Amino acid sequence: MRLVAEILLLAFLVIAAASSLAFRSLLAAAATFTIYSFVLALLFASMGAVDVGFTEAVVGAGVVGILLIATLHQTSRKSRS
Amino acid sequence: MIHPSKSPIVLVAARTMAPAIQVMAFYVIIHGHYSPGGGFQGGVLLAASLLLLRLALGDRVGRQQVTTGKATLWSAAGALAFAGLGALALAGSGNFLDYAAISWLGAEPAAARYYGMLIVEVAVGVAVAGALVSIYDDLLLGSTREDRGGS
Repeated sequence: MRLVAEILLLAFLVIAAASSLAFRSLLAAAATFTIYSFVLALLFASMGAVDVGFTEAVVGAGVVGILLIATLHQTSRKSRS
Repeated sequence: MIHPSKSPIVLVAARTMAPAIQVMAFYVIIHGHYSPGGGFQGGVLLAASLLLLRLALGDRVGRQQVTTGKATLWSAAGALAFAGLGALALAGSGNFLDYAAISWLGAEPAAARYYGMLIVEVAVGVAVAGALVSIYDDLLLGSTREDRGGS
């Protein structure tokens, strides 16, 4: 049961990372990056590293998302490459 | 310049969630001895609540209580309290951050270490919160006309 949950989380992690790289819209990329951070925090917590998972959830899914959106406010919304 | 959100749902949700996040941040800072968390995580939570207000309510309202200068002052004061407590332990002929050498923290070494750790956690939390808020303000520094005018 736990193995199934971890495999599902890992698959979701890969999907979130790949879609964060693939999106042309930078706002969508920032949103999927926070999803990636949160899934990674859940994986850390399931491995028993609660402190690392807590830090990842707070920093990665909270503040880094806000800082990315604040940076997007200064540039364009679309990636050119 | 970040304008206030036009949606009342966003405004009410941000105003309702920010105090709850702050209470959680204080809990995480103060219970850092026993549970996962501590000064850094609690400080980041505190900064996240302030940044949520700044992002949702706009620059004018969001920066009214915690201004950029206050945030910079917080980060400097937290770092100073951390280093100052360590230096006090040095002055009490102990090692750096050896709280048992500070006489006014408590007679027993265990009690002195308990209170010393609590003070250091609070100092780290304040420093991290102030630093993150001032990083956010510096990111948006060029975006207002008043900033460009140099006033």
